[in-house]
Amino acid sequence: MENINAKYVSQKISKTRWCPVSYSSLQQPEVFATGSWDNEDNKVSIWSIGNHNNSGLEDGFEGDPQILCEHKHGGDVLDLQFLDQERMVSASSTGAVTIFRYHPNTHTISVLQHWARAHSYPCDNAPCTALVCSSPEIVTVGEDGRIVVFRADQEGAVRVIGEMRTRMLPPHKESSLKLSVVFVRECRQQHNSRGDLPKDHGALKFDLFIIFLYRAPLHCVDRHPNQQHIVATGGQDGMLCVWDVRQGGTPISLMEAHSAEMWEVRFHPTNPDHLFTCSEDGSLLHWETASHSEMPSFLQGGRNSSVISHGALTPAGGNRPLSSAWLCGDSGKGCLETTHMLPSQTMSVNSLDIIGQCLVCGTDGEAIFVNRHVPV
Amino acid sequence: LQDRNGQISTLVIPSSKQQVCVNFSFNTFASFLAFVSFLLFCVSGATGSGSPFIHEVRKDEDIYSPILRKLFNESHHIFVGLQTIREDLPSKNKKPQFVSISKNYRSVIRACMEELQQVAVSTKNAEMSVHPLIRSVLLQVSILLAIELIWNLCEVLFIDAAPAGSLLLHLLDWVRLHKADVDEKARDVLQSDSPAEHRDYWDVVISLCCAGGELCAPGGTQTLTEFDVKWRHWHEEVDRCLQDNSFASNQHLEVLCKILLGDEDTLLEHKDLLGTWYHFLVSRLLFCHPTVKPTELHYYAQSCMTMFLDSRSAPEPLDSILLAAFEFDIHQVIKDCSIALNNWWFVAHLTDLLDHCKLLQSHNLHFGSNLREFLLLEYASGLFTHHSLWQLAVDYFDHCLEFGRVYLELQIERVPLDTERKALKVLRICEQRQMSEQVRSICKIMAMRALRNNRLGSALSWSIRAKDAAFATLISERFLQDYCAKGTFSDLDLIDNLGPAMLLSDRLTFLGKYREFHKLYGEKRFKEAAKLLLSLMTAKIAPRSFWMTLLTDALPLLEQKEVIFSADQTYELMFCLEELTSSLNTPSSDSDKSMQEEDVELTKVELLRLALSRNLAMAIVKEGTVET
Repeated sequence: MENINAKYVSQKISKTRWCPVSYSSLQQPEVFATGSWDNEDNKVSIWSIGNHNNSGLEDGFEGDPQILCEHKHGGDVLDLQFLDQERMVSASSTGAVTIFRYHPNTHTISVLQHWARAHSYPCDNAPCTALVCSSPEIVTVGEDGRIVVFRADQEGAVRVIGEMRTRMLPPHKESSLKLSVVFVRECRQQHNSRGDLPKDHGALKFDLFIIFLYRAPLHCVDRHPNQQHIVATGGQDGMLCVWDVRQGGTPISLMEAHSAEMWEVRFHPTNPDHLFTCSEDGSLLHWETASHSEMPSFLQGGRNSSVISHGALTPAGGNRPLSSAWLCGDSGKGCLETTHMLPSQTMSVNSLDIIGQCLVCGTDGEAIFVNRHVPV
Repeated sequence: LQDRNGQISTLVIPSSKQQVCVNFSFNTFASFLAFVSFLLFCVSGATGSGSPFIHEVRKDEDIYSPILRKLFNESHHIFVGLQTIREDLPSKNKKPQFVSISKNYRSVIRACMEELQQVAVSTKNAEMSVHPLIRSVLLQVSILLAIELIWNLCEVLFIDAAPAGSLLLHLLDWVRLHKADVDEKARDVLQSDSPAEHRDYWDVVISLCCAGGELCAPGGTQTLTEFDVKWRHWHEEVDRCLQDNSFASNQHLEVLCKILLGDEDTLLEHKDLLGTWYHFLVSRLLFCHPTVKPTELHYYAQSCMTMFLDSRSAPEPLDSILLAAFEFDIHQVIKDCSIALNNWWFVAHLTDLLDHCKLLQSHNLHFGSNLREFLLLEYASGLFTHHSLWQLAVDYFDHCLEFGRVYLELQIERVPLDTERKALKVLRICEQRQMSEQVRSICKIMAMRALRNNRLGSALSWSIRAKDAAFATLISERFLQDYCAKGTFSDLDLIDNLGPAMLLSDRLTFLGKYREFHKLYGEKRFKEAAKLLLSLMTAKIAPRSFWMTLLTDALPLLEQKEVIFSADQTYELMFCLEELTSSLNTPSSDSDKSMQEEDVELTKVELLRLALSRNLAMAIVKEGTVET
C-alpha cells in the first residue's frame, strides 16, 4: 500500500481507463483517461504519469498524475473504452455515444463522432449504460433495452438489435473475428445472456440465448482473457461469482467480496491468475489464485464427465480440457488470496483498470489512485 | 444578517480600514461559494482606502471552485479518519495523533492556498490587465491565509498545549511561518556583492533577530530554571554594554542592542519590519520573558496589541480572534470566527478537533445539541445543496449523534436522481442506515419514471426493492392489461424469476402464477397447467375481472382430445362461470357496452358452456370406465 497516492481532482470519477500500449514495446502504460459524473459540467480528461520535464517534480511527486487535457462531456460518463491508442469512446447518461480523439502532440481532445440519441425512450433520454469496442465496431447497450452497433467511420447505426425490455448492463468483448458479447441484464434476478455475433461478410448475425440466472442484479462482468468460457461477475450484493459459460446453471464459485455493490471486475490482461474488483464500500481487492497442480481437483457435480483439473499449464493433449484455478469450487480451501489495495475509509471506488503492473482507480471522493508496482 | 431564502444582505462595518462583507444565500452551490468568498480581513497593517465597496460574486466566475473542492474532499477524508480514533486510548497517546491531524488540516489549507496563488499568477501573466477574477482569487487566498494563521495558533495553544518553555518556541515558529519575506530579503542581501553595504542590511538583521532562533529560547535539554538563570545573565550583560556606551559609535548596533534588551520603544520604531502586533508580541516575549507561561500570555497580548495598534479605534476581526485565542477563550474564538467568516468549513472542523481533544466544555445551546454538532450540521447542510459534494455530507451527518440522522433523512430525499446509478448509490446510503421511508420514496420515484417510459419490468424491480406492495399491485395490473391488449407478456424473464418476491402483493403473485401457467402450457404439461388455472380461480388469487380471460385460456385445454380436466374440476369451472355470468348479468353492469361487445361476450360464454359440458361428459365416461 505504500506505493499508492491519492490525487484529488475536483470531480467524481466514474471511469478510468489506461490508454493501450503496444504490447511489443513492453512498456508500462503512462497515459490514462477518466470520465466524471454527477457534475454540472462533466468532463473526459487525459492524464499522464510519465516522468515529466517539469522542474520541482522530481522527488516525492514522481508518478503524480498530471492532467494533459480535458473535454466537456454532456451527461455523466457511464462507460469509457479505448478504440485504439488515440481514440476513445464514451457512453453518456443522455443516451449519447461519442468518439473522442486525443492528439498527443498538442495535448488536445477533439470530438470525432457523436451519436446523440443512440439510446432513447419515446419521450425521454435513455442512458447508454455500457459499451464495448473491437475496432472498428462499437456495440452499445442502454436502459431502453436495445443493443446498437456502430461503426467508427459510419454516420448512422449499423444495426439495432433486439428490443429487450429489461435494462441492459455491461457487455464484454471477445476476439476480433467473432464478436461474442456477454450481456448482463438486470431484472430482479439476473441473466447472463450471451449473444454471438459471427461476422459473415459484413452482415452481422445475432443469436441471443440466455444462460444463467442469478438472484441479485449484476453490475459488471469480465471474461477471462485466455479461457473464453470463464466469466466473472459482480453485482448488487457484492459477491464475486465465477461462471463457466459452457455449463449453465449456477456459478462455479461464489465469493463474498464486498459489503456493497461491486462496480467493476477485471481479469489482469496478461496474467489472468489475478483479478481485481472494486466496490461501493470503498475497497479495491486484488484476488490471486495459486495454480499448483498438486491441489486436489474438485469435480464439477457430475454434470459432464470430463475432469477439470487445476493448473493453468495443463497440456492441451488428451481428453482433459484446459482449465484454470478460477474454477476451483471452494474458495475456502486456500487457493485464493485477497489483498486490499487502498487505504481504508475511501469513498466508493467506481472504476479500475490494470495493465502490466499499473493500476489506476477513481473514487467518489474525487480522488484518483495510481499504483505502479502491483505485485503480479 | 444572513437569510437562507435568496436575499442579499450587506453588512457595512463602519471603519476606515474595512471593506464590505456580502452574504449571498441561495440554496444552491452559488451560495455555498459565496460562503467561502466573503469577508475581507485586513491581514497586514496596510492602509486601505477610506470608502467601503461591494464585491459581487457570481457563479460563473468561480474559477477557484475546483480548487476549493479539493479542500472539501481532503478535509472530509481527514475528518472521517479523526472520528475513528479509538476512544479507549489514554489521552497521552492521543495527543500526538491530534497534533498530526491538525497539521494535516493545515497542510490541506496551505496546498489550496498555493494552488490559488498559482492560478492568480498565471491569470495575471496571461492577461496584462488585472482581471477582476484575480481580485477574487487573491481575496480567497488572504482568507485562507487568515484561517491557517488562526488554526496554527489554536494548534499551538490548545491542542499541543505547549508548556512554559517550549511555548515560546512554538510561537516563534508560528510567526516565522507567516512571515516569509524575511527570508527573501535575507537572500537578496546575502547575494549582493557586499552585504554590509546593502541598504536593507540592518533591516534584515533586525528582522532576523526578532524572529528569534533556537538558541534564544528555552528548550531541549536544559530545564526552565537553568535557562532562566542563563538568560538573566545574558540580559544583564547586554544591558551593561548599552549603559557603557560601547556601541555608541555605531548607531545601528546600538539600536540592535536596545532591541535585544526588549526595549518597547525601539521595537515600536520598527513597526514596519515587524508587520503585525502578534509579531511584536512574540519578539517582545522573546527578549523580555522567554519563559512565559501560557496563562500569562494574555496580559502581554493585550498590552502589545494596544501599543502596536495605537491609532485605531476598534480592533479588526482577525485581531480580536487572535486575542481571544491568547486568552484561551475557545468559545469566543469559535464564535468570532463564525460571525466573521460565515464559513462553516473552518469552525466546524476546528471545533470537531477541539471537541475530540476534550477541550470544549459541553455547553448546551438552546436548540438542544452541543456546539460541535451544531456547526457540523450547518456545514453538512450547506454541502448537501451542492450537486456533487452531497456524498461527503452523509459522513458528517453520521457523526452527529443527536440530530444527524434526522437531517440526513430530510436531505437525502432531495438529491436529484438523474441516473439509475446515482439512485443506486443513494439507496445504498439509505439502506445501510435503515431508512426505509426514504428507500420507499426513492424507489417509487424511479419506478414512476420507468413506468412513464413504459418499462414495466424495471418499474416492477424497483417496487420489489422497496417492498412496496401497493405499487407492485399497480404495476402488475399494468402487466395484465398489457397482456389483455397485446396477447403477450413483456419482461418475461423478470416475471419468471420472481422467486419469493412474488408474495409481495396478491396481484403480483397472480401475475407470477399466471405466467407459470403459460409456461406449463408451453411445455405441454397440461394436467399441471389445468390444476394451476383452476386453483387461481378457486383460491381467489385471480381478480374477478380476469376470470373471463382465464376461462378463455381454459378453452384450448377443454378442447383437447385427451381429457384434462377431471369431472370435479369441470364442475368447479362451471361454478366459476356461473358466478361470473351472474355478476355480469346484474343490471348495474355497464350500459355503455356496445352491442358488439355484448355479443362477443355472449358467444364466449356459450362456447365455454358447450366446451365445459362436452368435457364433463367425456370426463364422467373416462372416470366411470373400469380399466381392464
